[in-house]
Formats: sequence, C-alpha cells, structure tokens
Amino acid sequence: MSTDVGAHPGFDLDRAWGLDDRVAVRPEPFGALLYHFGTRRLSFLKNTTVLAVLRGLAEHPTARSACAAAGVGADALPAYERALATLAASQMIRERP
Amino acid sequence: MTASLVEQFERGLAAPICLTWELTYACNLACVHCLSSSGRRDPRELTTAECREVIDTLQRMQVFYVNIGGGEPTVRPDFWELVDYATGHQVGVKFSTNGIRIDAAVARRLAGSDYVDVQISVDGATAEVNDAVRGTGSYATAVRAMRHLSEAGFRGFKLSVVVTRHNVSQLDELKALADRFGAQLRLTRLRPAGRGADTWPELHPTAAQQRQLYDWLAAHGEQVLTGDSFFHLAPYGGALPGLNMCGAGRVVCLIDPVGDVYACPFAIHDEFLAGSVRQPGGFAAVWRDAELFARLREPQTGGACRSCGFYDSCRGGCMAAKFFTGLPLDGPDPECAAGHGAEALRAADRAAAPRPAPDHSRRGGARARAGGRGPVPVTIGRRPCNEDPLADFAGAASRP
Repeated sequence: MSTDVGAHPGFDLDRAWGLDDRVAVRPEPFGALLYHFGTRRLSFLKNTTVLAVLRGLAEHPTARSACAAAGVGADALPAYERALATLAASQMIRERP
Repeated sequence: MTASLVEQFERGLAAPICLTWELTYACNLACVHCLSSSGRRDPRELTTAECREVIDTLQRMQVFYVNIGGGEPTVRPDFWELVDYATGHQVGVKFSTNGIRIDAAVARRLAGSDYVDVQISVDGATAEVNDAVRGTGSYATAVRAMRHLSEAGFRGFKLSVVVTRHNVSQLDELKALADRFGAQLRLTRLRPAGRGADTWPELHPTAAQQRQLYDWLAAHGEQVLTGDSFFHLAPYGGALPGLNMCGAGRVVCLIDPVGDVYACPFAIHDEFLAGSVRQPGGFAAVWRDAELFARLREPQTGGACRSCGFYDSCRGGCMAAKFFTGLPLDGPDPECAAGHGAEALRAADRAAAPRPAPDHSRRGGARARAGGRGPVPVTIGRRPCNEDPLADFAGAASRP
C-alpha cells in the first residue's frame, strides 16, 4: 500500500479540513452516521476512530495531525486517507483556510 | 472490527435511518396498490400539536429526515406548517405526493429550501398505463406538478415509480420523463400490502420481467434510486447498489397517521405493530424498547433459505411480501430470483394469508373493486428509504 501523490485528487492530507456546516453527525455503536442536508447524502463511519479523526479535524492544522491525534498509525494511514478523500469528494468535509 | 456494516445494521441502530411517516389516510386518489389502503381520513389522526411533539423527538434522536407520505399528505391543512416546523428543527423532509397541491407558488417555495425534497408518484410513462393503476387524470396531475417544479428551478426532485407488469417495459421512457424535468428516477418494488395484497397477483412483474428489470438496474447503476427495494434480485448477478437487507425495525420503521408504529411501511398489520407515539416515552421508547423490534434485531436463522447459495446476497428477501402472500417468514421471497418463491406460492394457502389492516379505502372503493377494471384513483406511495448510495469506507471498515 502506498500514498502516491495525487492518488486522491481533491484531497491533501497536509492541509486543514473541517466538517461542512450542513453535515450532522450521529454516533452509533458501530461508528457514526453522517448526513449532509445540502446534498441529502448519507455516509457511514464504520468505526469510532474515524469519528475521532473527523471530530479532531477542526482543531488540527492538517488532516495528518488529526489522524495521529486519534491514534491512527502509519500502517493504517492510507485507509484513513482514502476515507477522508471519499468524504471530501462527497462534500462532507471541506478544506478550510 | 469484524462485523460487516449489514451485520451491524441488523442489530439495530440508535435511531432509524429511514423513517416513513404517513400523515393522513385521506387521499384524493385510490391507487389499486396503495400500501396503506388510504382514502378516508381517520378521526383519530395525530393533531398538529402531537405531530410537533413527534418532530421534537426526532430532533433529539437525530433522525436526519423523514419520508412523509399518506394518503396524500399535502391535503392535511397543517401540512406546510409541519414541514416548516420539521425543517426548523433539523429534521429534513422528503415527501411523496401525487402532485395535487403542487402549483407554481408551492413549487417556488419548495425550490428555495435545501431541507425539503419531493417525490412525485407516477406509475407509467403514459397516461394509459399510469391511470389504470392510479386513476383517471392522475398522470396529467403529476406531469403538471413536475412542470411547476422544473420551472421553479427545483433540480433533482424524484419521480417515483412502483414497478409493475405493465410499466416494466417503459423503464427507458420513465427515465426520459424524469430527465425531461431535471428529476431523478426512483424505482421501487410492488408490495402485496394494503390494497396491493389484492392486486399483486395480476400486477407484479413476471419472472422474465424481473430479470429484465435487474439487467436494467445493473446497467443504470447509481443514476437511478431504488430505496434498496430490489435486493431480492441479487441472485441474478450480484448485489445492486445500496444496503442489501431487510431494514424492518432495524434501520426502518413507519409511523402511521394515528401514531401507531410499525416495523416497516409495507407491513401495516397487528403482527408488525410495535407501539404508539402516544404511549409514555413516545416514539423514542418504542424504537428503543419495543419487544417486536428486539426480536427483529436478533440474528435471523435464514430458515429454509439457509442452504441456498444466494442467501448471503438476498437475505431471504422482503418480510412483508412473504407475510401477505401467505409464505413463512423464514422461507423464500415470493419473487425469489432463484425460483423458490414460485414453488412456495403454489404450495401456500393464499386464502389463508393474513389480511392487511386497517382499511381506510373509501366505501365502495378500491378494495371492493380491487382487481376489477374500474378507474381507481390513487394514493400516495409510502416509499421506502431513498437515501443516496452509501459512501462505503472499504478501507476503514475492513481493517483488522
């Protein structure tokens, strides 16, 4: 598994991200549900770590540091990068200044 | 984490994902396949104040949106007030309508809200095919409503179709009709529930048509919504997009116009009645504590389907479809793609199948005529969920 540059167009792990204002988060035993009121899309977070990453995004200067703070190790990072890229593509998270 | 998402969902969620709320049994139409046998208003229907309380509960439970249907929900005098109340309390609204109240002014107002989505029910690409099921003039009403929505700039509203023996050959035309108005096509399964219990034998797609439907859905992928209706067809060639499971009492439920809570919109029968929003604790307590829901959230054995190689993909199909056709709940779906349903139906005692209840059909109305040729006005569909396809976190989920 590698983290090729450009593997996730539109998402950069080394930039600052945050949940879109129109997204609601509902914790569930398996992780959480996200719902975007603007696009009317649902997403499923399949574990509590990815939920912790999302909640940390707003307080961290980069998504990479939010992942680290949530306990995501180097081996797991590519999977979380993919997950975040998916969320960015569906506008659940947005780059912030 | 070892359990799949489907397995997690089968154990139930903190709140439903897909909650259908029928606001009234009143309807200007009397569709022959109406799942709730609607027509006449029930005098016990929830008051405006009770509806607001339900919405407050949904907000606390973080139910992101409700699928409002009926009857024809827009004929309730407080309908728009309740829509505003819901969207003002972080509960989005998708409502199903036959279009009767969608004029130019309403369409402009709907187009202005991010929190309201609309499903126009149409059951044929031509007036002839549609009106045979939904009643004379219903096609024209629906098209007029879609024109208003389109002209108001409402993009991506839904054109919702129950697939029948008579419209399954019109899928391309139905898609073109949706495209013409900037809408998205949504196809759902005909269920033998409500008045549909009587008309299902003549209206449900034949085995050959089901195959044709599967191929069409597979070719159109995520451009077309299905409310995960067709998971019973997976044996034809693999799972279609969406959750492939019965969500009843696990991720889905129904609140009917009098506040009764059922496991799913296709199962309005005492057997699937979990409680009432009027009981102490309201809807939240029913969802959390109902004995029926606890049972539905237990692992299912698969019964007679267990030895079938396709069980993992179809999970035995639709509980309501089995129930109202007199089949055992732990056996095959009546439309089982592997052909087991047809055998089971031949063996089943259809006359002894449970009768849908309650019946709010107008007197001398559609149930009495069901199966006959009479012009049968429509009802608004109670549709299953139509949330968009999942963003699937394969990476995060499959981590050891």
